Amino acid sequence: MTYVLDGNAIAGDLFAAFGHEMTTVVGRCRNCGTASPVAELCVYARAPGTVARCSTCHAVVMVLVTIGGEYHIHLPAYEFIEEVQSSCEL
Amino acid sequence: MAGAALPGRLSWQLGRVVDTIEETRRAKSLVLDLPNWQGHRAGQHVDIRLTADDGYQAQRGYSIASAPEDDGVMLTVDRLERGEVSPYLTDVIEQGDELELRGPIGGYFVWDASQSGPLLLISGGSGIVPLRAMLRHWAAARPAVEVRLLHSARSLDDVIYRDELMRLAAFEEVDVRIALTRAWPDGWRGHRGRVDRDFLDGAAWPPRDQPHIYVCGPTAFVEAATAALVETGQQPNTIKTERFGPTGN
Repeated sequence: MTYVLDGNAIAGDLFAAFGHEMTTVVGRCRNCGTASPVAELCVYARAPGTVARCSTCHAVVMVLVTIGGEYHIHLPAYEFIEEVQSSCEL
Repeated sequence: MAGAALPGRLSWQLGRVVDTIEETRRAKSLVLDLPNWQGHRAGQHVDIRLTADDGYQAQRGYSIASAPEDDGVMLTVDRLERGEVSPYLTDVIEQGDELELRGPIGGYFVWDASQSGPLLLISGGSGIVPLRAMLRHWAAARPAVEVRLLHSARSLDDVIYRDELMRLAAFEEVDVRIALTRAWPDGWRGHRGRVDRDFLDGAAWPPRDQPHIYVCGPTAFVEAATAALVETGQQPNTIKTERFGPTGN
């Protein structure tokens, strides 16, 4: 069985890789043009590596692999376009 | 905005378990003392990392159950059968043990008491954990917003934080409604069956009231609840979701 999660599930790895909170960042799928925050991507965390797909067209937009403690992130079809206004400050 | 945009480091840190609470047959809460904790927002989570003697590591995310105002950071862990991490956290770890974690993590599935508009919280099973943080944050800040929790569990004994939810329901602004999907006590007057359109029709605010809606639970629960919300006319952009399920290989 394949379990589909969402971008919240990879928030920690993305923060560690990019140096800041990423789930509120909006990206656009280059396959279908849908813009959505990282938190709303469909995430398959049980693949070899983690695969994130567009929630509209299901194109693979992000692949995250950890090798020897280093993060390798490939964005085959996702362009970060803006950061969502955070609802509050810490 | 500054909090979300500032570059920073997300370092692993050690916390000591200062208390454990049996919530249900399957769920256990761990209260942690974290000397390097920088504070968190209601709805955020942490990653926990376990390291075996041979160096093998397993990492999983767990929602924070405590409010920003609470002393100590509380996590509630639901034991997954054949899970790699959760059985250790629910069955093995004891008061005084140390845990390695990083956080707080996540800026999307968070609620702050300064947000106006009614708050609609919908959870299935242990999806209630981050929503408990929001409820406690509400109770600490007491903003002038109404709160409604719609929670689905298998049976009354499976309702995590049951006593606390009943106490929160005593606030005039707080409404707690439970749906039981498998077993009902005699005379049960709450909803029987899943969170569906019937349940939501009588429980959700109309879209014109612009509720902030948070849905958390297993993927199938979140998909069904979100579809039912949209069917009842709620705007998708007012619904924030967090799905959980087994991760790792």
